[in-house]
Amino acid sequence: MARARDVVLSALLLFVGRPRPPRVRRGDYERIIPERPPDAGGELLAIALFAASALCAIAFVAFYALDRLPNQTQLLGGSLGLSFCFLAAGLIVTGRRVIVTEQLEHDYPAEEHREDQETVARIVEESGDRVTRRRFFKLALFGAGGALGVALITPAASLGPFLDVDPFYATPWRRGRRLVDESGRPYRADDIEVADFYTAFPEGADEENIASPVVLVRLAKDQLALPAALARYPADGIVGYSKICTHAGCALSLYRTPLFSPVEPGPALVCPCHYSTFNVADGGTVEFGPAGRKLPMLPLAIDRHGYLRAAGNFDEPVGPSWWGVRDRKPTS
Amino acid sequence: MIRRLVRYLDQRSGTAPLMRRSMRYLFPDHWSFLLGEVALYAFIVLVVTGTYLALFYTDGTTPVHYHGTYAPLRGQEMTAAYKSVVDLSFSVKAGLLIRQTHHWAADVFIAAIFVHLLRVFFTGAYRTPRELTYWLGVTMLMVALLEGFLGYSLVDDLLSGMGLAIGYAVVLSIPFVGANLAELIWGGPFPGGQSFFARMYILHVFLIPILIAVLLTAHLALVALRHHTQFRGRRQTQRKLVGLPLYPAQTPRSLGLFAAVAGVLFLLGGLVQINPIWLWGPFHTYSSTNGAQPDWYLGWLIGALRLVPGWDFTIGHYTVVPNPFWGGAAFPLVVFGFLYLWPWLERRFGGDVAYHNLLDRPRDAAWRSAIGMGILTWTSFVFFAGASDRVDVLFGLSYSAQIRAYRVLVWVLPIVVGAITYRVCIELRRGELVQGERKRAEAEARAARGPA
Repeated sequence: MARARDVVLSALLLFVGRPRPPRVRRGDYERIIPERPPDAGGELLAIALFAASALCAIAFVAFYALDRLPNQTQLLGGSLGLSFCFLAAGLIVTGRRVIVTEQLEHDYPAEEHREDQETVARIVEESGDRVTRRRFFKLALFGAGGALGVALITPAASLGPFLDVDPFYATPWRRGRRLVDESGRPYRADDIEVADFYTAFPEGADEENIASPVVLVRLAKDQLALPAALARYPADGIVGYSKICTHAGCALSLYRTPLFSPVEPGPALVCPCHYSTFNVADGGTVEFGPAGRKLPMLPLAIDRHGYLRAAGNFDEPVGPSWWGVRDRKPTS
Repeated sequence: MIRRLVRYLDQRSGTAPLMRRSMRYLFPDHWSFLLGEVALYAFIVLVVTGTYLALFYTDGTTPVHYHGTYAPLRGQEMTAAYKSVVDLSFSVKAGLLIRQTHHWAADVFIAAIFVHLLRVFFTGAYRTPRELTYWLGVTMLMVALLEGFLGYSLVDDLLSGMGLAIGYAVVLSIPFVGANLAELIWGGPFPGGQSFFARMYILHVFLIPILIAVLLTAHLALVALRHHTQFRGRRQTQRKLVGLPLYPAQTPRSLGLFAAVAGVLFLLGGLVQINPIWLWGPFHTYSSTNGAQPDWYLGWLIGALRLVPGWDFTIGHYTVVPNPFWGGAAFPLVVFGFLYLWPWLERRFGGDVAYHNLLDRPRDAAWRSAIGMGILTWTSFVFFAGASDRVDVLFGLSYSAQIRAYRVLVWVLPIVVGAITYRVCIELRRGELVQGERKRAEAEARAARGPA
């Protein structure tokens, strides 16, 4: 008990007891930093803030060590953040009240050094004095540097195929390939209902290939308004489009399909990235938004067991546009 | 003790004169000079928290099945990269705190650079002799945007993948070389080859941070060599710099600011959720989510991508300019091109080639303020356009109507705001002149009446 009282008393003394007189040297030489009277209140405030900072830091370690606490992220962040904030407050009090704030002046550095500029220029000029075939020399030197630079950059071509653009036209779709869902189960034509949309992949192909995913929707026969060239694409009112937006390559994950009057505007696929909107009734034309190409359409057929199969490849290359995207048809 | 230490260092490095001068280096006492410091401190927090994250992250794209502590994701197929970040968030003690602090610090870092840039621009601090400092700063902003994009792409959650798909489309859209460049960067068509994540990783944690550190060092060295600019004052002139010495007066202030920045970032990281990747789920090329928004500093690009009307520019079968180029590449190139060229433009057409240590107030350079406000309005409204879908959801304003309105507003408003700014600057200057003259006349009148 007595021991505890001693500790408390000495702690109190430490904080509020008579401070020692400030350490000020005087007399024998001129000071650099001007002399100001001490600010006991400021000092005490700074000390208290530093102590609070230390307590919060210790709390952080404790929260970290105690496994079973709920909301650990909040406690850890709160304690560490507060520790830094108290430290900041203590330092700012130190800067404003404890340490002498001097407003000094001095001259800006010289704008320029004419003599030195001249010397530098002359050293460079005179260094080349002895060269007689100056142009030839420069050509050879820069030629060597340039060629070496090209040589050093060459291995960068290994980063990718670079010149071969065939992969951009390739798709895993070909005539007869079955359409399956994410888990590999084949779609039957009966699975596809009006006013819903389905994601399908070519059976056995890599689902992550951007030429793989297809959106399936079923439209009433009288809703379809396909141009003559695409008229053979739907199978019993089911149409399939590439799921990858032709603008920036995001997956089309919104199907706008008005179910009651007014049913205008008609059913469309919408990209959630930049809201390109593609009409599903007329072959995937762009209705709104920044896409510059229609959505590639996949010809569909129903086999005698009722499964959906591709009746060919897409009518256009899949994915965002590039310089050759209108050059060729997609390849299998 | 201090004497012995200083003597030891001086004898071995000969730097006592440098130390003396550095301690007396002067900082003008104005809050707006601290904005750049905030960016610096956020960068330090980024390096420290990022190093910690790198101790747990893996850049693998091999598909794995999740069997961790977060029940809703159990059994799902995902990349090793995404799994490592989910594990870091749920199974590593303090992992989520550090990850969220890192993300917040990135947002604050770029915000601080942006506000610092506004201060530098509108006060003319970039003028001779400080153009190099300015160009280094603009470059850092550009590099920081890329660094931030790479950072949230590495996580490989659904939003990461959607961002990367858009990034891929923008690279693909570069005229004449886009497809080849994209193949080089991604190692093949999207989602790219096995090594694409390794490429992003080394850029994000090594090459770009080092580049920023080098640019930052050069930026600060140039600031110190030419000294700070300052606002005109009674004692502050073109030749005389007035301020607090680095030591002792400025040191606790700067350290305090550092601690404040770190404190706020850790509080945000601990208390304010950011990017809850477990809710987005893993990325697959065939999935996306509605209502996706990037980090704030890429909002201007998503706005631009959404605003451009839907056409590819073609000649015959050749696609010269695919659509995403306009919003994703041309627009930021124009904005950064303006920032780079501006000091030169002002010298060339404003005719002011003098040496400046004193700052302008925005009103002192009406043309600069007007053009700056115009460009700021332009980029801001493109940025706002990027949030139109959220406005549609929150307030029921039709998305397509908003986009059509923005297509006009982004061209009209900059001119209106620029003109108003110009007028306001001129009027403020005129008001000052009138006030000055009245004061002088009153003083003269008092003097004429004599010491009554």
